[in-house]
Amino acid sequence: MRLPRGTPRKKRGRSYYISALAFIVLVSGLAAALYIATVRVDYVWGWNRIPQYFFYREKIEFRAETEGKIERITAEGDRRRVVVKDADGEHAIDVPAEGVRVAQGDIVSPGDLLAVHERWQAGLLMQGLWLTIKVSLIATLFGVLIGLFAGIARISTNPFFRWAALTYVEIIRGSPLLVQIFIWYFVLGTLINSILAQYGIAQIPPLWYGVASMATFAGAYVAEIVRAGIQSIHRGQNEAARSLGMSYAQAMVHVILPQAIRRILPPLAGEFISLIKDSSLLGIIAIRELTKATREVVTTSLQAFELWFICALLYLMLTFTLSLGVKYLERRMVT
Amino acid sequence: MIDVRNVFKTFWLPHELKALVDVSVSIAPGEVVVVIGPSGSGKSTLLRCLNRLETADSGHIFIDGIDVLDPRTNINKVRAEVGMVFQSFNLFPHKNVLDNITLAQKVVRKRSRAEARERAQALLRKVGIQEKSAAYPDQLSGGQQQRVAIARALAMDPKVMLFDEPTSALDPEMIGEVLEVMKNLAREGMTMVVVTHEMGFAREVADRVVFMDAGSIVEAGPPEHFFSHPTHGRTKLFLSQILK
Repeated sequence: MRLPRGTPRKKRGRSYYISALAFIVLVSGLAAALYIATVRVDYVWGWNRIPQYFFYREKIEFRAETEGKIERITAEGDRRRVVVKDADGEHAIDVPAEGVRVAQGDIVSPGDLLAVHERWQAGLLMQGLWLTIKVSLIATLFGVLIGLFAGIARISTNPFFRWAALTYVEIIRGSPLLVQIFIWYFVLGTLINSILAQYGIAQIPPLWYGVASMATFAGAYVAEIVRAGIQSIHRGQNEAARSLGMSYAQAMVHVILPQAIRRILPPLAGEFISLIKDSSLLGIIAIRELTKATREVVTTSLQAFELWFICALLYLMLTFTLSLGVKYLERRMVT
Repeated sequence: MIDVRNVFKTFWLPHELKALVDVSVSIAPGEVVVVIGPSGSGKSTLLRCLNRLETADSGHIFIDGIDVLDPRTNINKVRAEVGMVFQSFNLFPHKNVLDNITLAQKVVRKRSRAEARERAQALLRKVGIQEKSAAYPDQLSGGQQQRVAIARALAMDPKVMLFDEPTSALDPEMIGEVLEVMKNLAREGMTMVVVTHEMGFAREVADRVVFMDAGSIVEAGPPEHFFSHPTHGRTKLFLSQILK
């Protein structure tokens, strides 16, 4: 509940401030304890070494391949076109003006530096973060589709659909995601890729088995959310729609689902949040999402403490943003 | 128009409940039949069996010559010809009044948007709430909601209208406006089956009153005869209790 602006608040008592203080002491105490412990084991904090794993300047060098002469350098805005003439003819390279290291008429030998330029590149952590978002988004999309069908099938009067959906939901919800990922990659993946190889078709990369495992996993939970959402709509709604001559599908599309979706959206977004966290398991099948990327950076930088905190913080950032969105949605659904 | 022959219906809500026992009744075009009886007597079940919201276990139900219980019957076609009004209105809360009335016209009758709107506006005028076409159901009073529900059913141009206790969920001061709409409908010659506790309505509008008890039709007859000279003991008892 939100109070309108300007509503006088209840005066806070002494116990409120004591509790608040206790909370601050707890948090800072834990942080201090952690820090003292790291000092005791001679851990060297190096936060300054972390940003390069998000973004770094990549240096690209252009060197002459053969004996030649700089024929001319032409300006195109703030870029320069350096033309080298050798026995084979003319070669051109395109670089920013400040990167040119030769002048017109220079004689160059193989290996001589012609130009350098630097550009920003996304580091491993950034790539991992992006992959995590990408995998979660695709998996959610398919998970919602699967879940919508499975959820509707789950309450179908037709035993085929009902049992199929029930079996799917129970199997998926009853086994660990880690095992499911292994099955998708090592069992189904091996089978599918071997058969594809026999027909000379390109292999499916592990990413897609990862997405498939996440989508089927999320689908089972979404199915239950959808089922509950549909069943929460009063029976009279369906009866009214059907009594007007609408078919089952028409009643679903025009009457039941539009109402159910309002109730489904908030828990669905919650499912998306747990999917983001679950995607951290995908590293085990060589998908370089955020957790795997962090592990790789840790092995090269040896800044394990900072990096794992950063990793957790990044997940927190994603999930927190989403849960803010969910709160907003929920508030809008109520009114 | 409606022909019900030897219909049985049993519910199994853990224990056996015989809702309809060998019910036969026939309703002529333009006839207004009011079904009364104590609660649990099977009146609503009978009504809901007519458009197969409940499926009768055995017997035959013909609506306009079509066997409702035949699995080969396209029930959606039958239902489009049989309007139904519920005790709890069951308007679609996510759609405004106009869209409530136009939805089935467009989806089932395949009418154009303009045509459906025109029909809806005409019906809203008929039930006396043309000014509420943009309102949502939860902004309306119970009586207004029920009148919209009647308009929604009428928009399909049904041959029969079924009313399942249409005034039971209403505040007393709103019952009159709904009954008025129903009376007008009866005067226009609509075939109607009405389950109700409104004895005044039954007396004034019904061509025939059917009294049900324990899943069977105990007694049926024109209202003047039914109310003044009931023949059956249970009918007498029920009437004495309800007309006290």
